[in-house]
Amino acid sequence: MRFGASFIIRLLVLIALVGFLAKPELFAPLLQPLTENGAPAIYVQASLLSLTLSHLLVVFAATIAATFVAVGLAIVVTRESGAEFLPLSRSLVNIGQTFPPVAVLALTVPMLGFGEWPTLIALFLYGLLPIFENTLTGLTTLPASVMEAARGTGMTGWQRLIKVELPLAFPLILGGIRLSIVISLATATIGSTVAARTLGEVIIAGLQSNNLAFVLQGGVVVAALAVLIYDTLLFGERLAARCSGLSQTA
Amino acid sequence: MRLGLNRIDRVGVVVALIATYGLIAPFALFRANRIVQGEGRSLLDALPPSLGMLLLAIAAAGIVVALLRLPILVRLAASFVLLAVLAIAIGSAATFLTPEGNSYARVSPGSGFWMLSAAFALLATDSLARMRPSAWVRIAILVATAAAVTLVLISGLWNGLSIMKEYVSRADTFWTEAGRHLTLALGSLVVAAFAGIPLGIFCHRVEPVRSAILNILNIVQTIPSIALFGILIGPLSWVAANVPGAANIGIRGIGTAPAFVALFLYSLLPMVANTVGGLASVPRDANDAARGVGMTDRQRLFQVELPLAFPVILTGIRIVLVQNIGLATIAALIGGGGFGVFVFQGLGQTAMDLVLLGAVPTVFLAFAAAVILDAVVELTAPENVNAGRKEATA
Repeated sequence: MRFGASFIIRLLVLIALVGFLAKPELFAPLLQPLTENGAPAIYVQASLLSLTLSHLLVVFAATIAATFVAVGLAIVVTRESGAEFLPLSRSLVNIGQTFPPVAVLALTVPMLGFGEWPTLIALFLYGLLPIFENTLTGLTTLPASVMEAARGTGMTGWQRLIKVELPLAFPLILGGIRLSIVISLATATIGSTVAARTLGEVIIAGLQSNNLAFVLQGGVVVAALAVLIYDTLLFGERLAARCSGLSQTA
Repeated sequence: MRLGLNRIDRVGVVVALIATYGLIAPFALFRANRIVQGEGRSLLDALPPSLGMLLLAIAAAGIVVALLRLPILVRLAASFVLLAVLAIAIGSAATFLTPEGNSYARVSPGSGFWMLSAAFALLATDSLARMRPSAWVRIAILVATAAAVTLVLISGLWNGLSIMKEYVSRADTFWTEAGRHLTLALGSLVVAAFAGIPLGIFCHRVEPVRSAILNILNIVQTIPSIALFGILIGPLSWVAANVPGAANIGIRGIGTAPAFVALFLYSLLPMVANTVGGLASVPRDANDAARGVGMTDRQRLFQVELPLAFPVILTGIRIVLVQNIGLATIAALIGGGGFGVFVFQGLGQTAMDLVLLGAVPTVFLAFAAAVILDAVVELTAPENVNAGRKEATA
């Protein structure tokens, strides 16, 4: 069965990841051939585990904030009183997505200085877009018959939103959050060019000292995190879609 | 609609709030040299008194236009006038604030300028979104805006601004890096299209490999860009050292080659996925009809499937181009050049004008590419979609 095989692969990736972060020195012989002139194979200036945790912290903090704001805004522009903002917000999302992440980061630094904050803000702003877009799609493509029925049973606007619209849009909202997290996980590494504590630190140290082992371990840890988180969320989405009784649309 | 309030535009309220804040916040920043902290100068201090009052009056008029439910064209015109006036004002603020003969002093736009620009750019965006201009009109507006900005740049109006001073001291490198940036972004796109579209066709035809190839390409996308650029240094230096002739055609461990390959790898997923998606969306009836008239597989591919899938494939090209223009910035970290050179140099020297010199053209290029390709996708799509529907219903 395909599910079994892919599940086992992911489990192995997870075990390897946890093992590497807990005891990176065990993997040193594997990475040693990639170094030159006896350079260290494992990044030791900071513990990989703590860098991973602060990487995840920045990404999750930004995504949680982005989720609240994006879902809130999408709710506002799909109400009757906020309808005037709908065309504008659609265009803004499209324009925002053309902004390169590096540019967003570079432009936030003058306002916030170096450190975690510009990264957090850049990830937050960049993360808003997919969540907002998906929530908007979810809330504007609800089956008319369902909305009619909800109105027919005498639900107030608020009740309709909480009991009908949001639950039905939930799988799509999760889809947006998933995209947002995966983009943020990779983009957060660039944050280390402005002194944020993320796994990008390891990669940049590797680039600067010409140490391929550093570049590889930083990159692979981020990629493994992204794949595992992506799949977990995808699984959650399918579960949510099954619960809401609709087939997954995105 | 409540009485009295129905004449007030709600988007206009947001525009008015941002613009009002912009009028109060510092319009320009003055710095004694390029790396010290700036001191803000308010709108009236930053401009010659008559000009300051004039800008204040025009901005107030713009706010009123934004607040009232006027015809969209009036709102659009007002927003463009305001943006043009702001562009002129910030140029004269720079000339006005820089002491005569002082080449160290730097004047850059302050938060007030940015807020006012953002407010009226928002008004312009809103008007355009409500007008839903056709593809050609959108391209025309983009070209006109680019022409206006070029005119302002040539006229020397902005020469007093700090970002232009950074440009002047790097004019040669700027165009070299611009060339490298475009070569990286466009070159890798072309190669990815030549490799990705056939690969997509292959995936479409041979189902068993489809999910495997798409999964691998998906995983490539999750590798952070700075890492992928770095990881390729190793294999490429090996190729340069061991494959005869490779070094002669410019393959090296650091520099443009790994950046090019990394961008190519990132481009493959959207190209392949969209080709597969486009081919999958070809109506079954169209294929059946083609088979019915005795077309060979090859004829069917080139005369039926690819033309019908073209808009979707083009959307893939749009995604790749916008993504590549942004990602090419990272190439600078491994010596691959491009606008990122200025961004990272600027971050290193905490010289934000230098950062802007790299970031602003990148953002503009990405935006322009998105507008143009969206328009092209729209121009190619309708006939094809209709043709597809006709075939489907026939």
